[in-house]
Amino acid sequence: MKRDCAVAVLPAASSSSVRARRRKPWVTPGRLGIYAFLLTAALFFLVPLYVMLVTSVKPMAEIRLGNIFALPLAPTLAPWHNAWQAACTGLECEGIRGGFWNSVKITVPSVLLSIALGAVNGYALSFWRPRGANMLFAVLMVGAFIPGQVMLYPLVRALAALDLYSSVPGIVIVHVIFGMPMMTLLFRNYYASLPQELFKAARIDGGGFWRIFFELMLPMSLPVIVVAAIMQVTNIWNDFLLGLVFAGSDNLPMTVQLNNIINTTTGERQYNVNMAATLLTSLVPLALYFFSGRWFVRGIANGAVKG
Amino acid sequence: MALVALGAYVLTMLWTARVSLSSARIFPTGDFVGLGQYERLFRNARWLLSLENLAVYGVLFIALCLVLGFLLAVFIDQQVAGEGMLRTIFLYPYAMSFVATGLVWQWILNPGLGIQQVARNLGFDDFTFDWIVQQDTVLYTIVIATVWQASGLVMALLLSGLRGIDEELWKATRIDGIPKWRVYVSIVLPMLWPSVSTALILLFVMVVKLFDAVVAMTQGGPGTASEVPAKFIMDYLFGRANVGLASAASIVLLLTVLAIVAPLYYARSRALERSRA
Repeated sequence: MKRDCAVAVLPAASSSSVRARRRKPWVTPGRLGIYAFLLTAALFFLVPLYVMLVTSVKPMAEIRLGNIFALPLAPTLAPWHNAWQAACTGLECEGIRGGFWNSVKITVPSVLLSIALGAVNGYALSFWRPRGANMLFAVLMVGAFIPGQVMLYPLVRALAALDLYSSVPGIVIVHVIFGMPMMTLLFRNYYASLPQELFKAARIDGGGFWRIFFELMLPMSLPVIVVAAIMQVTNIWNDFLLGLVFAGSDNLPMTVQLNNIINTTTGERQYNVNMAATLLTSLVPLALYFFSGRWFVRGIANGAVKG
Repeated sequence: MALVALGAYVLTMLWTARVSLSSARIFPTGDFVGLGQYERLFRNARWLLSLENLAVYGVLFIALCLVLGFLLAVFIDQQVAGEGMLRTIFLYPYAMSFVATGLVWQWILNPGLGIQQVARNLGFDDFTFDWIVQQDTVLYTIVIATVWQASGLVMALLLSGLRGIDEELWKATRIDGIPKWRVYVSIVLPMLWPSVSTALILLFVMVVKLFDAVVAMTQGGPGTASEVPAKFIMDYLFGRANVGLASAASIVLLLTVLAIVAPLYYARSRALERSRA
């Protein structure tokens, strides 16, 4: 049951039932070739996960033997424990848990705000069509493709002027700005697929901008909100560049701390701890992916510059 | 509200463009030096190397992702058992951050510990696979890691395209006796253009943004062998405090993106409209 929802892909999946009726003999050289290819590919994709998992439960003595593919002889959870609360992220040695909470503090408000703004923008652009809506839209499209570097320095200066540089509100604002084009596009396309008559009827009944939005559009937006939330949680959780620049040393997200753990350790490298930390950092997006498979795929398909 | 956001994009772009025409070092200055920063930029060996790296990386990364993604989609589309599980396996790396991806592959490719050592332990004493520490091959290791991460995305996009193709087409080609691989290459592939162009745009944006994976895997090394523009800009902005030069570099990057993505996007919307009509 769970696998089913993790797998069904994309809206068009329903047509696969038609295809399934095409009968064929099952064991032919061709089919063997197909499976050989797919299994090899699956191995290539699974190897890193396997390596991470087994290494993260090995004592260092076993890692020194130099066989990353071997199963652990004496599995231990100590590296996980270490990664969570003792590994050194630069000068401090309190593990990655601080980064975890920083990431939560950054991700939750950023996701909520960017979805809220994206929904209002998309709603305004598709139903109210303010003057210059097309211009706005074009700029948003450009915004979606701008390399972040173009905006980095001006944003640093602007946030510094507002006294928000190196703070949680600062990094949240930056995430909202960077997420706005995608979110607006997503909601605009969704609202464009709703019948215009619905909106007109609400107008005749005397609904205003906000009333129509909250009482009519928002309740109908649940599917697209789920998609938007998945996109934004993975994007923002996995972000490295913006967190590095804007979060400030007290609020570094998990990805930045992870990189610090691995690239600044002196002495012998604690590969088991490093891999446990990597897994811990990937846990949230991976869990999201495994539990929301179908929506995740729809999210990337929709986020993929539709329209 | 929208206006604020637009201000953020347009104003920052204009601001960066303006700074790129000044002699700014740590703080922006109001003077005007014309295209001086651009001249210096294109005399900077490190920038030229990073552009060259980006071109090589981009071509390899996009080509490999498309080929591998297409093959995976086509093979998965043959009514195989365990389709759902395979799809899950091929796509999960995309949920991970580039940092995590970079770190994992850095370990696997580490000559003293990873694949090379494993092969040597098995008795192949001369086996060498040390691309990640060699200047002329390090770039390929970044290609491997990022293709691992992104090709599942291409698979998902193309698979949804494949599922949208009419069953009649397959019947017709079977009656005509056209070999299946020919149908895929000559008929199906062109029909998939909207999905392919979506994938192309996404992959291209990933190429330009390439930064996290390089930092996590090689830190631009050995030496400057895996330097890329995004990292060059970051170094000059925050490490070397040369804002003018970094701004010029980011404007060059912006123009490159627009020059490539705009026509692609236009072609794609045309194709989408035609397929709807």
